[in-house]
Amino acid sequence: MLSSDQVLHVARLARLELTPEEVERFGGELSKVLDHIELIGQLELEDVPPTSHVIDVENALRADEPRPSMPVERALESAPDAAEGGFRVPSPGAS
Amino acid sequence: MIELTAKQAADAIRSGDLDANEYFEFYRQRAASDPYNSYTWVAEKAPEIDTRKPFAGVPIAIKDLFCTEGIPSQAGSKILEDYRPPYTATSVDRLTTHAGGTLLGKTNQDEFAMGSSTENSAYGPTLNPWDTSRVPGGSSGGSAAVVAGATAPWSIGTDTGGSIRQPAALTGIVGLKPTYGAISRYGMIAFASSLDQAGPFTRDVTDSAMLLSAMVGADPCDQTSLGLPEPVRIPTANDLKGIRLGVPEELAGEGIEDGVLKAFNDTLELAKSLGATVETTHLPHAPHGLAAYYLIAPAECSSNLARYDGVRYGFRKSGASTLIDMYTQTREAGFGAEVKRRIMLGTYALSSGYYDAYYGRAQKVRTLISQDFKNAWDKFDFIVTPTAPGVAFELGSKTADPLAMYLNDFCTVPMSLAGIPAISIPNGLSEGLPVGFQIAGPAFSENRILDAALALEKAIGFDASKAYA
Repeated sequence: MLSSDQVLHVARLARLELTPEEVERFGGELSKVLDHIELIGQLELEDVPPTSHVIDVENALRADEPRPSMPVERALESAPDAAEGGFRVPSPGAS
Repeated sequence: MIELTAKQAADAIRSGDLDANEYFEFYRQRAASDPYNSYTWVAEKAPEIDTRKPFAGVPIAIKDLFCTEGIPSQAGSKILEDYRPPYTATSVDRLTTHAGGTLLGKTNQDEFAMGSSTENSAYGPTLNPWDTSRVPGGSSGGSAAVVAGATAPWSIGTDTGGSIRQPAALTGIVGLKPTYGAISRYGMIAFASSLDQAGPFTRDVTDSAMLLSAMVGADPCDQTSLGLPEPVRIPTANDLKGIRLGVPEELAGEGIEDGVLKAFNDTLELAKSLGATVETTHLPHAPHGLAAYYLIAPAECSSNLARYDGVRYGFRKSGASTLIDMYTQTREAGFGAEVKRRIMLGTYALSSGYYDAYYGRAQKVRTLISQDFKNAWDKFDFIVTPTAPGVAFELGSKTADPLAMYLNDFCTVPMSLAGIPAISIPNGLSEGLPVGFQIAGPAFSENRILDAALALEKAIGFDASKAYA
């Protein structure tokens, strides 16, 4: 069972501000899922190489040629808060 | 018009028997008054149609998570509310600009493709056209419901662990997940990048081949894209002479509903009568697929979804006084419960001290599952299973138990982990609801799978019109 401290630690890493109800609910639900997942702990995996990519691809490179990039105004169109050609955000200052 | 398959419609438009604009408008009106909440956006009018191109203007519905320039692409999430991307996904561009299909609408889905019922959409659940008290499956439930309910002739979706095949099965249509890398992922809003793959939803196998043929191809914008070694052919097979089918005991017995199993066994008998040999076999590591998947997919999702921070696009929670508070409050308010659950699971699995025990082990299991399939290809042309362990379930019946929901993917996840192609075709009814039959083959065997699926489709004679007539 994940403790609420563990849940809060993971939430902090994931940049999620969970409500107290969510902390309790996720603790229980994640523990249940992890119990199922831990079934793979029974397998003998010592000599098995890991697979990160199933289909072999080698040197998939495109030609290194300059091409036009997206105009700044276009890239900023969807921003919640744009100013002076950039994304405006609250101060990173100490909280 | 409603009886025409997409290929029949394209042929009729080209021969002058059908007006492309009338056909588009027929479906546009059906889409605009769709009773199943399948759409999140519907076109207001047809764009310019060029009937000389392969699809001759036949309308296509697109899962919401494909970026479409200037058109809402929200991936079922509040955090992308009214997001209008500045570019279009390669696969969509191929279907429209190159093949001449017209964009009809964007379809509802589980948020960021995380779910098996389309109940995790911030824009409300999609209903199953066969029975509106039931889910259409997911995550591409909208793309399945539009084809089953005939509010689009065909559509595309994405499959990470079963998100094309399972909803196709639950709505009585054809869904194909191609080989990983066959279709560019550029412009597909990412969930789990090593597993995500686009594919077609269609009324029949012939349409599936036609839609797939226009989507495949290597793309300089996606380094993992390869295309297929040969062009996709329109299938022609009438029988299964000499075809060896393997039935893995692990995926076709325990945990499968009786009615689904009965339909499966009936189809195996039909396959034999068409000339196939059917033999029981083993994929010994397949039962561990679900556990490996529910580590790998959340791990990759926790990394992919780090980009939603309220800075560059989409939703931002106002009122935060510091940057970190803005991030955490935006993500808390913008993500739904299942997405948070998977981000938490993935972040935990990747966190210091747990990486080897979880993600590392899951990647090793992935190797074993791939190897199981490679061994199977020595003896069999295809592995066949039921697509989903049960028929469409009641709305709300599995939302309280994440693990029960995850078990929907039991039969489809192993193929995703191995990166191999698999199709689901409707093969009968159980309790009056459609059941799917899954055919999986080696990497790049799409043409052979489509041929086998066509031969079976003809013999099964499934009537899908009940859902829309």
